[in-house]
Amino acid sequence: MSQRISMVSTMSNAPSDVFDAWWDWPPPVLDPAGPYADSVVVLAWALIGMGVVVTAIVVAALYVAIKGPDHWKTKLGGEKAVWIGGIAFPSVVLTGLLVWGLTLTASLTEPVPQDTMRIRVTGYMWWFDVEYLDADGNVVMRDANELHLPVGEPVVVELASEDVIHSFWVPNLSGKEDMIPGRVNELVIQADRAGRYGGVCAEYCGGPHALMGFVTVAHDRADWEAWIEGRSRLRPEIVDQDVPGEVPAITPAVARDATNSLDGRRLFMDSGCAACHRIAGTEANGLAGPDLTRVGSRMTLGAGILPNNRGTMIGWIGDSQSIKPGNRMPSYDMLSAEELEAIAIWLEQQK
Amino acid sequence: MRAYLSIGLSVTLCASLAACKQPPGPRYAPDAEATDRGLEAIERVGCAACHEIPGIAWPEGRTGPSLVGFDDIGPIAGALPNNPENLAAFVRNAPAAKSGSTMPAMPLSEEEARDVAAYLYGLDDE
Repeated sequence: MSQRISMVSTMSNAPSDVFDAWWDWPPPVLDPAGPYADSVVVLAWALIGMGVVVTAIVVAALYVAIKGPDHWKTKLGGEKAVWIGGIAFPSVVLTGLLVWGLTLTASLTEPVPQDTMRIRVTGYMWWFDVEYLDADGNVVMRDANELHLPVGEPVVVELASEDVIHSFWVPNLSGKEDMIPGRVNELVIQADRAGRYGGVCAEYCGGPHALMGFVTVAHDRADWEAWIEGRSRLRPEIVDQDVPGEVPAITPAVARDATNSLDGRRLFMDSGCAACHRIAGTEANGLAGPDLTRVGSRMTLGAGILPNNRGTMIGWIGDSQSIKPGNRMPSYDMLSAEELEAIAIWLEQQK
Repeated sequence: MRAYLSIGLSVTLCASLAACKQPPGPRYAPDAEATDRGLEAIERVGCAACHEIPGIAWPEGRTGPSLVGFDDIGPIAGALPNNPENLAAFVRNAPAAKSGSTMPAMPLSEEEARDVAAYLYGLDDE
């Protein structure tokens, strides 16, 4: 065992994670990509600076108290020094810092215009449900563990939770905001440069909390319109207009691969996947797990933790418990490798 | 007499020790840059979702076999002659390299597949 570790250490500096390859992990906290993260980062640096100055003063005073000349020691221990250093200095500095900090971050809590784009994100143990809302608050598109937004525009994120307290945090785009069961918190985020930003749950929420993440993708204008267009053309979907009790039309499309003749769609339905997962346009209508309507176009699996390809999909379905221990999806190790592959092939096509 | 005996014994011991076979070294000695690139490729495509792989702290998937000490295993996937060409072909497109393989093709370029093979050959457990 020790040999194995020493051998590995000569090959790379330290054991690494798939996270490291996928995006900067942990997401960089002092690299703002928008105005809401900007002010938080400026405040953070100011507080770090203040901390350094105060620590330096205390260390200098300590040195004087121990090794300094006697007349300095007398001054330091005198009543005047206590009044100035102990009361006046902290009061003035902290009051100034408070006023400056509140002014700086006032924009974080300013009301946003009514027509601002809204996305509702609901925390579950241990993944994020994502719903895009229209102007009237209807859900027009459902997704999971992935947030898409246009560059340069503020977006209101409505934060809720279905079970315990989670916290929504995209360090590049804003501060943290708690997701609390029974209420809706609002957070405004904005990305000023296109890119992919990692997000995490920032409140311990049990077992695999550390494996509860998501990706935020900021598209520039043309890219954003293409994305919206692609989504609405491929699978027109108005979630709230599903008629209760009516089984949606069944699409006959069966995904087969040259090497796999099994019916992935039927396996998905028959193996019980549909009890927890919804795929719009099919009878799969479960709501306990992430919506898989567009899982084929998603970048990650397992709530922002694995790249999405056929291999990782098979590995996730086959034994998600070894990847994310304690998550609420059982390991489907009762299926054969061919069956797992057939399901993965079918899910790949859900875009 | 005793002195001769002990000298003779030492000589015999030394000779027999020298005759002992050295433990075998790694099957191949891939260069460090290729193994580094191989590890990056392994992380990017998520091989560890199914395989336990030394050097990857998380995940340690169990859907596929563990790759600990990979250098010492026999044929690739129990079927193919164990050489770099076959390994690179297998990690990139397993069903094509070994008919009936349940490992799917992975999104790797041929160059990346060779790097992944280099990394796996570096996993010498001895």
